[in-house]
Amino acid sequence: MEFVAPVLNYSLLSPILILLGGALIGVLVEAFVSKALRPITQLSVTLGSLVLSLVQVWRIRHESSMSAAMGSVVIDGPAVLLQASILIISIISVFLIADTEHFTALAASLPGSDEERHALQTGNQVTEVYPLTLFAVAGMLLFPISSDLITLFVALEMLSLPLYLMAGLSRRRRLASQESALKYFLLGAFSSAFFLFGAAFLYGYSSSVTFAGIHNAVIGAAGNDVFLLIGIAFLSVGLLFKVGAVPFHAWSPDVYQGAPTPVTAFMAAATKVAAFGAMLRIFYTAFASAQWSWSPVLSLIAIITMLLGSLVAITQRDVKRMLAYSSIAHAGFLLTGVIALNKAGLDASIFYLFAYGVATVGGFAVVTLVRDSAGEVTDLNRWKGLGKRSPWVASSFAFFLLAFAGIPLTSGFIGKFSIFSAAYESGAKAVVIAGVLSSAIAAFFYIRVIVMMFFTDPVEDGTGVEIPSVLTQLTLIISLAITVGLGVYPAPILNFITNLATFIR
Amino acid sequence: MNSLTLLMLLPIVGTVVIAALPKANETLTKQVALATTLVVAAATIWLAVGFQRDNVDLQFVQKFSWIPSFGINFALGIDGLALVLILMSTVLAPIVVLAGWNESLGGRWSVKTFYILILVLETMMIGVFAATDVFLFYVIFEAMLIPVYFLIGGYGSGERSAAAVKFLIYSLFGGLLMLASIIALYVMSGDQGGHTFDLAALSHLQMSSTTQNFLFLGFFIAFAIKAPLWPLHTWLPDAAQSATPGTSVLLLGVLDKVGTFGMIRYCLTLFPDASKTFTPLILILSVISIVYGAFLAIGQRDLKRLIAFTSISHFGFITMGIFAMTSQGQSGATLYMFNHGFSTAALFLVGGWMISRRGSSTIADFGGLQRVTPVMAWTFFLAGMSSLALPGMSSFVSEFLVLVGTFTRYPVHAVIATFGIVLAALYILIPVQKALHGPTTPGNENLSDLNLREKIAIAPVIAIIIALGFYPSPLLKVINPASAHVIAQMGFTDPAPTNGDK
Repeated sequence: MEFVAPVLNYSLLSPILILLGGALIGVLVEAFVSKALRPITQLSVTLGSLVLSLVQVWRIRHESSMSAAMGSVVIDGPAVLLQASILIISIISVFLIADTEHFTALAASLPGSDEERHALQTGNQVTEVYPLTLFAVAGMLLFPISSDLITLFVALEMLSLPLYLMAGLSRRRRLASQESALKYFLLGAFSSAFFLFGAAFLYGYSSSVTFAGIHNAVIGAAGNDVFLLIGIAFLSVGLLFKVGAVPFHAWSPDVYQGAPTPVTAFMAAATKVAAFGAMLRIFYTAFASAQWSWSPVLSLIAIITMLLGSLVAITQRDVKRMLAYSSIAHAGFLLTGVIALNKAGLDASIFYLFAYGVATVGGFAVVTLVRDSAGEVTDLNRWKGLGKRSPWVASSFAFFLLAFAGIPLTSGFIGKFSIFSAAYESGAKAVVIAGVLSSAIAAFFYIRVIVMMFFTDPVEDGTGVEIPSVLTQLTLIISLAITVGLGVYPAPILNFITNLATFIR
Repeated sequence: MNSLTLLMLLPIVGTVVIAALPKANETLTKQVALATTLVVAAATIWLAVGFQRDNVDLQFVQKFSWIPSFGINFALGIDGLALVLILMSTVLAPIVVLAGWNESLGGRWSVKTFYILILVLETMMIGVFAATDVFLFYVIFEAMLIPVYFLIGGYGSGERSAAAVKFLIYSLFGGLLMLASIIALYVMSGDQGGHTFDLAALSHLQMSSTTQNFLFLGFFIAFAIKAPLWPLHTWLPDAAQSATPGTSVLLLGVLDKVGTFGMIRYCLTLFPDASKTFTPLILILSVISIVYGAFLAIGQRDLKRLIAFTSISHFGFITMGIFAMTSQGQSGATLYMFNHGFSTAALFLVGGWMISRRGSSTIADFGGLQRVTPVMAWTFFLAGMSSLALPGMSSFVSEFLVLVGTFTRYPVHAVIATFGIVLAALYILIPVQKALHGPTTPGNENLSDLNLREKIAIAPVIAIIIALGFYPSPLLKVINPASAHVIAQMGFTDPAPTNGDK
């Protein structure tokens, strides 16, 4: 048997390769750089790789190629847009991660052990979170550009494994944090198994693992339809788990709550972009012609996800859990973009993902600031009167909430409008009506938080607002600027997306 | 630059100036706010002078591309209807600022924030009436809720945060229904020659009658919540009771008019057939609103809630006039919107002064004010007379026009609605009697009468009410062509007047 050397187009793959290189350097830094210099070195390496990668994505924005890695990945407009979104979101999340106060000094030590205490006292803070972040981002960049099931699975694991670890790194409430990491890991492993099972059936159906091959098999109608249906169903379970859609959402409130808040911000925003990016690609390219076998079920899931997410969010008393349910509702809104299955739906989804991701990081950035002597305060009852204590922080949180609620003049409104109109255009009227209704329900709990912050008097229980560090300020300012900018004058970004976003098969 | 855009920018300039002022100097902040609203009012009057009355087309038209990928424009333009409402809003604004000089003091936040909210709201009030792009209208329609929400919740009294939330949730719910309709319009326009939100283009869309009915309901429910029509009115008494008098004037006088304005501008124009289908139902709801609002007003013990319920009755008249589909009814409804703005303003402002002096809003706590504070009592009396549509007051003209316009086509409704006038006499005269006449209630002996600032603030309101009562034709000349145009577009002609000789 003759061995064919793979032909790789390094410039098209460079965004991912840069990140992997940065991550490896990060591992070395962790081992060899003195503990005083470690945090700053890690931060610079991480930010440097992310920015460099973003520059590289910008440079290849007009490329489109199926053969960057022997047909395993595809570079096209949506790929570039999604990668850029992920990188921008990661950069502003890394600013939050830089606040080491949130992370355990020594993740390997048992909670409450002498070892842990010693690490804290000597200031021997390990900073493995940086290389983990870079590995995860690299996986996220690969996820939406994969064009065969094997690469898709590799990317899925590549982004998930670091996230499982990162969820367990919290300094406070370490047991809850580790529990959430374990939960995330176990459920994630289940969903991966489902994913693989589905992939096997799809291979059985089409005797191909590439999206193009599956697409051709669907058009040719040559294979066994039962295999196709089982394949789509199980593959979707894996993907829906990652985006946190009902009924595969159970992990997200616990993980959102248990993970260190900067990690939650990163995970909530960037994972969603990556997972929806992959979902859009596979449903728009591989399964598009089999629309009638998945669209009704997916519509139903979207409706349930939106309604359940909004309804359950009302009962939450913890800000991180509330944001988790809100993100479940938003997963439902985003699914309408997948169901739309038209160009407008693709444009709208990409815009929505970016706008939502940025606002999410901004929202969690505020959560990191509200603290008492024992760390972050996430109990909503203790957020009372925040508007009086620190009007600017409270106002920005209120603004992000209004963006989540989709009030005009925020990016959330443009996103909601565009994604619902795309879905309506494709005839999914029931989904749009459910979406509008659940937006009304969702508005209720967002507004309730605003009421707590502004219209109730503060309780003196030591809850205060940390003066934001320069980096956290940067996160807040950038995400506010993007949320306002995309709400007031979204035309340039929308045009940019419309011009670029076309999947190639 | 276009004069409407300029008009919208003026309050924003005031906001920027106020934001730059030092926090400690509250008087200066108020003065800047007053000056800004006065300039805006003057500019609107100047705009009104340049308005061609007999031209039924939109005037001062302007269009910027805003979000081209969705065909959204920043498009403005006004006809007689919009002009009258913008005039009302901008004239009321300085009155509210001057009358409520100290309203901002009891708030959660600074005086600066209060006036910034008021001025931002003023920009949006102009924009919401001037927008000719449905998307732009929706954006402003929804965005307006936010400053009002903070005005009620931050500067009101009593259960202010609950009232603010109730107001916001009701309005958002209606707005989202409207959004669904707007999305449907947008998608249909894409199928029929290109995505657009231009009102004129959308009014030519072809759609099945079922679709039209559903879309009509999306818009109408949003407007019926705003205007408030029975049974969607329950947020209004709470909001009016909790808000400061000045905010209530803007809320009932201006914001609620967006509902009735929207019925004419959007419901009738975009969905003429559906409007005809739903007319019987809407007329019944209006009649119920008239009578129900009046009855509940009679039963109120709280002065502010009383005024709120009278407004529900008045909005019933306005809606009835709109859906009577006669040009008198339309003109009457439009004039009614204008007059209601001023008579409610008079009631709320004078009522607010009475309440702040007495420290209570329960009607029974007043009594004998006529002797103690004659000027305040007389202005309240005049405001009340205007609210019950006494001949010689401006609201008489409009109520009469609405009834005449309705009678020619729907005599039964008009007759029942006329009972609303009788009830109006009750709901005004009872509190007038209790609060102003009779023996002075203990605790009221030392109340002070209106001071100069308050007299200056209320004088133009009373003057407008009386002047338009005797000579409404300047306004009617602006309104009539626009109303006739709407009715003609709907394909209606006025029925011949009922003749007693038959």
